[in-house]
Amino acid sequence: MKQASATPARWADSKRYLWLLSPAVTMVAGIGLLGFWQFEQPWMLWLGFGILYGVMPVMDWIMGEDRNNPPAEALPALEADRYYSWILYAFVPLQLSILALGGWLAVTHELPWYHLMGLAMSVGIINGFGINTAHELGHKKPKFDRWLARVALAPTVYGHFFVEHNRGHHKNVATPDDPASSRFGESFYAFLPRTVIGSVRSAWNLEAERLARQGKGVWHKDNENLQSWAMSVVLFGVMIAVLGWAVVPFLIIQAVYGFSLLEVVNYLEHYGLLRPKGADGRAVRCEPEHSWNSNHIVTNLFLYHLQRHSDHHANPTRHYQSLRHFENSPQLPSGYAGMIVLAYLPPLWFAVMNKRVLKHYNGDMSRMNLQPSKRVELLARYQDDVEQVRV
Amino acid sequence: MQYRCPNCEHVYDEAKGAPYDGYPPGTAWKLIPEDWACPDCAVRDKVDFAPVSAPSTGAVPEASSH
Repeated sequence: MKQASATPARWADSKRYLWLLSPAVTMVAGIGLLGFWQFEQPWMLWLGFGILYGVMPVMDWIMGEDRNNPPAEALPALEADRYYSWILYAFVPLQLSILALGGWLAVTHELPWYHLMGLAMSVGIINGFGINTAHELGHKKPKFDRWLARVALAPTVYGHFFVEHNRGHHKNVATPDDPASSRFGESFYAFLPRTVIGSVRSAWNLEAERLARQGKGVWHKDNENLQSWAMSVVLFGVMIAVLGWAVVPFLIIQAVYGFSLLEVVNYLEHYGLLRPKGADGRAVRCEPEHSWNSNHIVTNLFLYHLQRHSDHHANPTRHYQSLRHFENSPQLPSGYAGMIVLAYLPPLWFAVMNKRVLKHYNGDMSRMNLQPSKRVELLARYQDDVEQVRV
Repeated sequence: MQYRCPNCEHVYDEAKGAPYDGYPPGTAWKLIPEDWACPDCAVRDKVDFAPVSAPSTGAVPEASSH
């Protein structure tokens, strides 16, 4: 009997169900909070904190890298599969529930200040992850996705990220004009105020210019910064109305710590990398070599492949499940979860990363995004290393 | 006339304009500023857009693999 022509083996996404880890992390933090409520064990308030700084870096180290790319022919179906969107949608109500539960615990329990910090930081971590969810949703075209992105940013009062990231950061990435691209020789503590203030300013100007073209003033109700910040005002207003003013310290700590997590991730994504200006005066197109990458699978699963950052910047509308690893992209020595700990310790960060940037540019410091105030000092300090790299 | 982003396939249609960006329906392509970025992906500018000609010879999107 003649056999029908063999159907080509269908590619299956081996990470399909592992993507559920991202909403699951909110559950773990939630279990910690519920556990504290039931058993009055304060260490349970630190569960979220322990996942980020303990479990994730260690699991990255144990599980290692995943360089698998979906084949080109599988991409259209993978992009169209709504299952992956539902994982993003599921995160947001869970995130808001954690915030509400955390606020309630903060006002109903006599917590010493350090355990209040643990509680607020565990909740802040979830809302920091929420910015990552908002990032993925904010790049999508459907109105619902874009609205939900702004809801996910409300707990950290970072609604302007929705404006600045797509239209500012992606346009200016790896240039001195981008507040969210860190420079060679710039510590995280120098970068943090520059990116926080610079991003608000950039978002404000982008909306002012857009509204002016429409013949509207910057305070118009169509200003998407004002709309997004209003969501935070409503959210915090309701929480204060229900729980009282005592919830305010909790809200502030979790918000500031939550957005600092986004910014520490921004810090490591483009450190020292520069898109030079072409003959026409425009920065050259963003290529894989302009973002740091990591294939450490555990953090990638928690962050929707954010660490496959080169493909994201080359193709910002591509869905997370389809992002690919590029061989020619600069690689971080660890996943983001480990790298953020290094970023908190500038001497260690410089020791690990500066030689990688030097190697990436073959010792040519004129091709780097250098911290301008340290230019002379940096050129002198790395003179010997430059010689070594070139040999 | 229509012009397509070579990265994300976003199409600027002169008949529809880009009202969100402040360019009302009917805004001619030549009136769009040179530094206007694709509203969907933001990583290509006006100069990168290709005219969408007759449907049978639609602009070929640039290869997205590296």
